[in-house]
Amino acid sequence: MSEATATTSLRSLPVRPILLAIAVLAAIAVAILAGGKVIAQQMVSGLMLGSIYMTVAVAFTLTIGVLNFLNFTIPTLFMLTGMVAWGVLSRGYLSAAGGWGWLLALLIGIAVAVVASLIVERFTFRYLKTRHGDATEHAIPLVSSLGFLLIFEHLVLIALGSEAQRFPVPFKADLYALGLVIGLPQLASLLLALGIVATLTYVLKRTRMGRALRTIAESPDTASLLGVDVGRIVPVVFILTGLLSGVAAALFTVNYGDVSPFMGEHIGTKAIAAMVLGGLGSVWGAVAGGLLVGLAETLSIHVLGGDSVQMVVWGLLLVVIILRPQGLFGASAIGKAKL
Amino acid sequence: MSGYASGIVAILCINLIFAYAIFVTAAAGQLNLGGAGFQAIGAYAAAWLSSSAHMPASVTIPLAILASALVGFLISFPVLRTRGVYMVLATFAFGQFVSGFLLRSPTFGGAIGMVVADYVGVGALIICAVLTTVLVFFLMASRLGLAIRSIHDDELVSTIMGVNVRAVQVAMFTLGGALAGLSGALYAHHFSFVEAQYFNSLLSIYVLLFVLIGGTQTAWGPLVGSLFFTLLPEVMRVGGSWRYVVFGVVIVLMMVLRPQGIVTRALVARLSPRNWWPASSNGAKRVADAG
Repeated sequence: MSEATATTSLRSLPVRPILLAIAVLAAIAVAILAGGKVIAQQMVSGLMLGSIYMTVAVAFTLTIGVLNFLNFTIPTLFMLTGMVAWGVLSRGYLSAAGGWGWLLALLIGIAVAVVASLIVERFTFRYLKTRHGDATEHAIPLVSSLGFLLIFEHLVLIALGSEAQRFPVPFKADLYALGLVIGLPQLASLLLALGIVATLTYVLKRTRMGRALRTIAESPDTASLLGVDVGRIVPVVFILTGLLSGVAAALFTVNYGDVSPFMGEHIGTKAIAAMVLGGLGSVWGAVAGGLLVGLAETLSIHVLGGDSVQMVVWGLLLVVIILRPQGLFGASAIGKAKL
Repeated sequence: MSGYASGIVAILCINLIFAYAIFVTAAAGQLNLGGAGFQAIGAYAAAWLSSSAHMPASVTIPLAILASALVGFLISFPVLRTRGVYMVLATFAFGQFVSGFLLRSPTFGGAIGMVVADYVGVGALIICAVLTTVLVFFLMASRLGLAIRSIHDDELVSTIMGVNVRAVQVAMFTLGGALAGLSGALYAHHFSFVEAQYFNSLLSIYVLLFVLIGGTQTAWGPLVGSLFFTLLPEVMRVGGSWRYVVFGVVIVLMMVLRPQGIVTRALVARLSPRNWWPASSNGAKRVADAG
């Protein structure tokens, strides 16, 4: 029973993420034509911010889609990457690498996130084995991940302090197109993020491992009956989770140039919102949702002022999750049985 | 009582009532990760009534309970359309929405917060906590409690056996709202100040942890959970952050070793005075039944 979801839902709207993307681009074009350069600039920065949200949202949606597990350590993995990268760089461990120290630092940060994610897997993903069969058992991994959230966050606070820090990136290149300022690292991160998601979709759809993952998403029991080695496939989800959060954090760090022990919370909540908008378990839904939340955030800051963002985003989210639990874009790609 | 001790006792009482608020819904199988939202409604209702309408605490607290119970009742209908992870997310969104709303609303002081006029001492807090505990124990021992337990264990079978699952769940959300409102109103009147930032997602997470670590099978769970987690940090006088690391490790280990929570029905039956003399076959039978 705990795997089923809302019994009633509205008729599926014929909205496709690709259509949404076209609509967004059209809206930007209209905004530019109308001479609303400020709005257009806001939209561009919204999309760039959205690419970060999107990458983290894909990590969330993957864990929920395959394992039905809301992984609260994802924001911490995000933060871990940024802070570890800053830590190794600022302590001068990478002075041998010369000008490329920042890149090496970020790669080390991502590696740490992946390892941390695997540690989380070792201790949280247990509900395949423990079934005491009541309505709150799906909360067991959730509670463990909250425990890990505390552990990682406070270990970082102990080791690296609670201050926000500047992460020095040696280049700053902006592109000027149609009178808009587009940061090259931002553009690169949008493309990189889209590339990662496209690769992930390919892996899920076309490869043997992807099929195994989708089978586990439908039913772990059936998957193991059909010869899927569940115990070996599940860590893959966590490696991907660590990788996606780590890469998102690296992109964030390069774009905005600062890190803090609390950088994950803001990103994490926005990524959850993006995932819900896109539909739990849908990778491309998370992509569209991430871009949408990024846009909504910069525009609502511009139009309504900074304080209202939390209210707008979460109010929308509550409405969406109650009225359209499958997300704005209809059917999901993985884990359909759970939706 | 020293200031330090009475501070701890006050927080313990508020946490305990709050934990029971989350427990009554969790006992019926519904996880509420928006507890801070309900508590904030109670706290702000009391604060506003006390500061703007100049009402005494004896009036504001019942009205605050009524307000948050009403919100709990109304929100239960949309929220009960969802299940599992979706319910966790929906209630989480609700909590975030409430604190976002309060942060933005000039009526309630926005980010500055509100000063609460009337003061409620620690004695009243203890009385309220004891009464809440007794109420929930009574509830779980009643016929309704039996229905709650059966829904927790298997919703489908409960429906078949004639339990009106929806009605029980709505009632538990309403009661949960009321208790969270009580804890919020007491918080406001005891600490004389409320601010939206206090009622954040971390608070919702902590209180859900109290309940789940304590155990959702019996009314002892939240009592043990909130005692454990309020007193543990005080007992562990290790430096600031290390305390939370230990806390996190305890949570993870608990979930690995005893995912059903510290107190289970079997444990209560084993410790019950009625079963102190195993020679009585009746007692042994009761342990077997409960397990």
